[in-house]
Amino acid sequence: MLKLWSMKQKQQEVDNNAPGGRKKKVTAAQLRVQKDLSELSLGSTMKTEFPDPDDILNFNLTIEPDEGMYKGGRFTFSFAINQNFPHDPPKVLCKQKIYHPNIDLEGKVCLNILREDWKPVLNLNAVIVGMQFLFLEPNASDPLNKTAAEDLKSNREGFKRNVRTTMAGGSVKGESFERVLK
Amino acid sequence: MERVEVAAAPNGVANSRQRWKYLDKMLTRSGPFSDPDTNFGDPVIQILESRKILVIGAGGLGCEILKNLALSGFKDIHVIDMDTIDVSNLNRQFLFRQADVGRPKAEVAAEFVENRVKGVKITPYCGKIQDKDDDYYRQFHIVVCGLDSIEARRWINATLVGLVDDNADSLKPLIDGGTEGFKGQAKVILPTLTSCIECQLDMHAPRPAVPLCTLATIPRQPQHCIEWAHIMAWEEERKDDILDTDDPEHITWLYQKALKRAQEFNISGVTYSMTQGVVKNIIPAIASTNAIVAASCCNEAFKIVTSTNPFLGDGNNYMMYTGDDSVYTYTWEHLKLDDCPVCGNLAKELEVGRDATLEELVAGFADRPDSQLKKPSIRSEAKSLYIQFPPGLEEATRPNLSKKLSELVEDGEEIAVTDPAFQIAFKYKIKFTS
Repeated sequence: MLKLWSMKQKQQEVDNNAPGGRKKKVTAAQLRVQKDLSELSLGSTMKTEFPDPDDILNFNLTIEPDEGMYKGGRFTFSFAINQNFPHDPPKVLCKQKIYHPNIDLEGKVCLNILREDWKPVLNLNAVIVGMQFLFLEPNASDPLNKTAAEDLKSNREGFKRNVRTTMAGGSVKGESFERVLK
Repeated sequence: MERVEVAAAPNGVANSRQRWKYLDKMLTRSGPFSDPDTNFGDPVIQILESRKILVIGAGGLGCEILKNLALSGFKDIHVIDMDTIDVSNLNRQFLFRQADVGRPKAEVAAEFVENRVKGVKITPYCGKIQDKDDDYYRQFHIVVCGLDSIEARRWINATLVGLVDDNADSLKPLIDGGTEGFKGQAKVILPTLTSCIECQLDMHAPRPAVPLCTLATIPRQPQHCIEWAHIMAWEEERKDDILDTDDPEHITWLYQKALKRAQEFNISGVTYSMTQGVVKNIIPAIASTNAIVAASCCNEAFKIVTSTNPFLGDGNNYMMYTGDDSVYTYTWEHLKLDDCPVCGNLAKELEVGRDATLEELVAGFADRPDSQLKKPSIRSEAKSLYIQFPPGLEEATRPNLSKKLSELVEDGEEIAVTDPAFQIAFKYKIKFTS
């Protein structure tokens, strides 16, 4: 039978008698984010910005789509990751008011892997790939901005024109939008 | 006249142990599975009574655990809980009465059990586990958790893993109980030796969520309307108030919003208590599931301390219980993860000169035979020392390279190093040589 308090003595791998009292240790969430960041493939259309470089759990991601109907725009998202990551998904918010069926006027993003389909095995790269996809293929069947979704469904060309208008800072159906053109 | 038989207990245990008559059947004589080296009788009773045990959580599981430990002969019990008693706790958290509503759980639970089981000392702390430091946790021999949050489990797990050093006493077994409705589990973790909470993270299913677009456009269930009020309406209309799920005014506001939305979509069933349940993520607690899981946790604590019988954790370490489809339990071994961020790679001591620069340290990692890191990214808890990806962060942390290490980290501080070539992070404890 295993004898607990004598067992450990056989394992002589760690020497922790370092000087100093209690020091804060790097958290599991920080470690995981650091690893995830090293695996990001940002390509030429995405850029990260860390307002406080010491805090890697909060940063901004800028996407500049080079194709699709949002081409030419510059969209910034804030990523807020809590200490329970990767159990909890990152919180992602669009910082500009934009016209998109899957992003509401408050900046909330409807992307399955940010909510109902999030799993701890997914990483930040999976999230940014999903975000990129939102600009290439806006999805009208699961809308967050209903007006935009119906517009896209009923008249694709008209929707495209409205996207251009709003990206230039114009207004659609009485709602004004932020200028996001480069 | 009724005669009480007063037989002399074997191994010279005094008759004052009448209360523990049945417990002593285990403590005073060996059995087929007991450890041959156990000193039955007084020595093992002494050990049991002197071991300090910490109970985290004084809720549904915690009440059971405290009662069980006290009745199993533990005498020095500590309990931490940050909550106060709510009227809805009273159906199963049996150490609390109506008059206790609003008082701290840890304090009331400690009082109750101390009064009921004479001779046991229960020391309550009303607050967060994060308030306490390593020295506090170092005083205990065993930690038993009855928690409802994964975050708290991960914290105590990482803390106990961090306590382990060469000294055998630094190893504190963590016994973790959890229940959800009719299901539950009890597991024993021997920090650094066996699979830890972080290794088991994928065993905890994230809370089921409804797509935002369903909430925003086509709610189908009363819960969808409540979540909408919670996530969307609150943000829109009361952005500046921080939602307090214990504030009745806040819950009432959400309830009325949800109710209105439900009426618009012809959905019935939104109630105040459902609102409370959805917003606070309350899972129906079944008193008997708590009792079963807590009993299992306390049996393990008793066996670990007394060596009277083999315990969970040596080999098999995870007992799951399912009571919703008849009764089923299964006990198995959850394997330790080699690349576990908490217990997979323990901090090694790294001697560096006080005047060495970060750049020299980075270069050194490439040469160290135990790491050979070509593109290391390094951080401490507080600082990003040098992070090579993404490019923006590399640029921002590059100025650190020319700084002296003593300007960036303290003596004894832990740093974590990752490298794209390795799945696992390396941790080092910096020790300055002058």
